[in-house]
Amino acid sequence: MSVTVGVVTFPGTNCDHDTMEAVERAGARAEPLWHGTASVGQVDAVVLPGGFAHGDYLRPGAIARFSPVMGAVADFAASGGPVVGICNGFQVLTEAGLLPGALQKNRALRFVCAPVDLQVASDRSVLTAGVEVGRVLRVPIAHFLGNYTCDERTLAELRAEGRVVLRYVENPNGSVDDIAGVCNAAGNVVGLMPHPERASDPLLGSTDGLVLLRALVGSAGRRAGGGDGGPAGGPPGVSESARTA
Amino acid sequence: MGRYEVLVEVRLRPGIADPQGATVERALPALGFDAVHRVRVGKAVRVEVEAPDEDAARSLTADLAARLLSNPVIEDAEIVTCRPAGPDPRQLPQAATGSAPAAGGGA
Repeated sequence: MSVTVGVVTFPGTNCDHDTMEAVERAGARAEPLWHGTASVGQVDAVVLPGGFAHGDYLRPGAIARFSPVMGAVADFAASGGPVVGICNGFQVLTEAGLLPGALQKNRALRFVCAPVDLQVASDRSVLTAGVEVGRVLRVPIAHFLGNYTCDERTLAELRAEGRVVLRYVENPNGSVDDIAGVCNAAGNVVGLMPHPERASDPLLGSTDGLVLLRALVGSAGRRAGGGDGGPAGGPPGVSESARTA
Repeated sequence: MGRYEVLVEVRLRPGIADPQGATVERALPALGFDAVHRVRVGKAVRVEVEAPDEDAARSLTADLAARLLSNPVIEDAEIVTCRPAGPDPRQLPQAATGSAPAAGGGA
């Protein structure tokens, strides 16, 4: 039984095709989902990819969160289904209330597009299950509003519960506590600003994104009961980075 | 039913870093605006609503502001003004400006 990952397209999404390609490289079948359809079908996981849904008008994610598909995504998440929001998808998940906090303008008021080093801070999420905590992955970011912010109580909760999933080794945008990605209490809803799909081929300079996507496929496979969702992130300590030293 | 023009101010909550405001503030001394402090940049949203009275117009707009116009995690929204709306410019007869082109005209 192979794992199917649904990838949602909103008007203005522009990383959907890359994400589908990368998900397939991670060993799953990719299925396109349309924002206007109030269903996620029979998928085993959902990814909200990057882009500029509804032009980012008002605030990124503010309008996308009311798309018909989002009700189905919320139901899927509530039933334990793995949901990952990448960049704009992360913004949509915070606007929808599926993840805490919000993403503010970068501290330097500049769009930052660069490969960055991420440290895996928790393996309690569907995106990092089986990945060694402390492992450093090189994955690009590309955003203007990636400055993660939340109140102190939420931050204390995230830290105490191991819900800070990824941290920047060098903070590129002013995010509180160097946060690059967080998850919900159950660990099945994850948001991250970096783009794993842009680190999924040696030609792109890194294949570290596949570590995360394989972990997602593995988590989805275990939940689906197949048990053959592929290795969750590969053996610890084995670098999949293709970047030259 | 009346029509009301409502102005909503959306601003970052106290304590939330405002890089835009800080950047504007840093530009002030060079322009001689030494007396200007605590710059915060937000948004103004003007809407027109149909409602039986002003209270209803305010309450409808407050709901809109909470659900869509602002993100309560980082922003506050406040209704700044609420007043009877003027005539809809799209439906104004052209006669006001003199020569009247064909009805429904416009570039």
